[in-house]
Amino acid sequence: MNAEQTMTNTVIPEQRQVSWAVSFQVSWAGIRRRFFRSLITMSGVVLAIAFLTYMQVMNDIVRALVRADDAVLNVLLQQAGVDIYAGDAPDRMMVLLIVLSLLACLVGIINSMLMSVTERIKEIGTLKCLGALDGFIVRSYFIESSVQGVAGTVLGCLIGLAVAIGVATTNYHGYIAANLPVLSIVRSLTTSLITGTLLSVMAAILPAYIAARKQPVDAMRVEE
Amino acid sequence: MKPADDIIITTHDVTKVYQLGAEQVHALRGISLDVRRGEYLSILGPSGSGKSTFFNMVGGLDRPSAGSVSVDGCNLQELNQKQLAWIRCHKMGYIFQSFNLIQTMTAVENVALPRIFAGESPAKARAAAAEILDLVGLGHRLTHLPAQVSGGQQQRIAIARALVNRPGIVLADEPTGNLDLHTGEEIIQLLADMKKQLGITVITATHDMKMLSASDTVVWIKDGRADRIARKGEFEVAIGTIDGKTLA
Repeated sequence: MNAEQTMTNTVIPEQRQVSWAVSFQVSWAGIRRRFFRSLITMSGVVLAIAFLTYMQVMNDIVRALVRADDAVLNVLLQQAGVDIYAGDAPDRMMVLLIVLSLLACLVGIINSMLMSVTERIKEIGTLKCLGALDGFIVRSYFIESSVQGVAGTVLGCLIGLAVAIGVATTNYHGYIAANLPVLSIVRSLTTSLITGTLLSVMAAILPAYIAARKQPVDAMRVEE
Repeated sequence: MKPADDIIITTHDVTKVYQLGAEQVHALRGISLDVRRGEYLSILGPSGSGKSTFFNMVGGLDRPSAGSVSVDGCNLQELNQKQLAWIRCHKMGYIFQSFNLIQTMTAVENVALPRIFAGESPAKARAAAAEILDLVGLGHRLTHLPAQVSGGQQQRIAIARALVNRPGIVLADEPTGNLDLHTGEEIIQLLADMKKQLGITVITATHDMKMLSASDTVVWIKDGRADRIARKGEFEVAIGTIDGKTLA
């Protein structure tokens, strides 16, 4: 009986993975219809990245203005609490604030993405019952979190940039236009973009991977 | 004794032990059972009896601590995850108490999923899904989201999804648990009809006595053991009437 059973078992084929194109089609419906729910998840990413971008861009602008070494501008900078004699050495307070904003960003994004996976663990169990492979589940969360991550991060960057330039213009008036450090700002925006996208994808994929490896019944037993 | 090819599922001494802290909980204490091809089997038992655990073992959704479950002569314990996924996709259809539909997908998209996982293109899968939705009486609700239809209709979508790959076995866990009496009765009738039309084996875990009337075999589970197994004619059901219509 055992030999016969083993023989039969080898006949059972392995379930094949669906293609990326099909995975994208299946995920896209969810992304589209979950748009407003996604906005809430995305708002965590948007706020975190806006904060990070604001701190970085503000730092870029202030340092460019210090380098300009203009008498009137120096008074304005000192009024705003900037140490103009620190030279090119990074302002410790600013560095600390940027690190803090990065941490806030980290916690904000991980929290939002973790929520979006854990609230759907039961759905992962259901998909496994229908024959989905672990890879399909991880892949669909990769697609979804990338789309959300990129969209949220771009929006966050734009808001952070706009607020930073707005605040700087209020404080330093016309000096901004003449001394705008375009290159540094582009570098800061790129840092924010990469940070936001990477964190969003990683924060979604890890819990999705853990959930996908569960037995379907364990995933479905999770209370919503 | 029935010939071996008439048996679709065999469980042999299935045991499940959960470790809860220092304590061991014996959910199943050794259940051996043969399920015949094309029969309607109901697993009955109070909550905590091990009914759902046994149901999950039979459906390949969980692994027993000891003993074996064979489907079509295939020991599920010897299969790898990808083979198990193949079995779940092609040989089994699942129906749940809370319907478990994907809320962001329309009826036809939900039903198409198992076919897409089986390797079919989304367009073809949706065509097949539309056909089976028509069969369960929901041809006019194809593009509705689960939240836009009633509980009974959601369960019909779930039944269509369970049937779309033409599996040999349909497993239904408390399929009437979230439905009112009338709708529950309709769902039982639909399952019985599908069993007759498509020649599938239906296994339900339930404590709904209405389910007995449709069953060929009833297994009572008590304290993790098969307390009693009765074939049709060996058990009597009388539960009264709704609107003058006898339920059993």
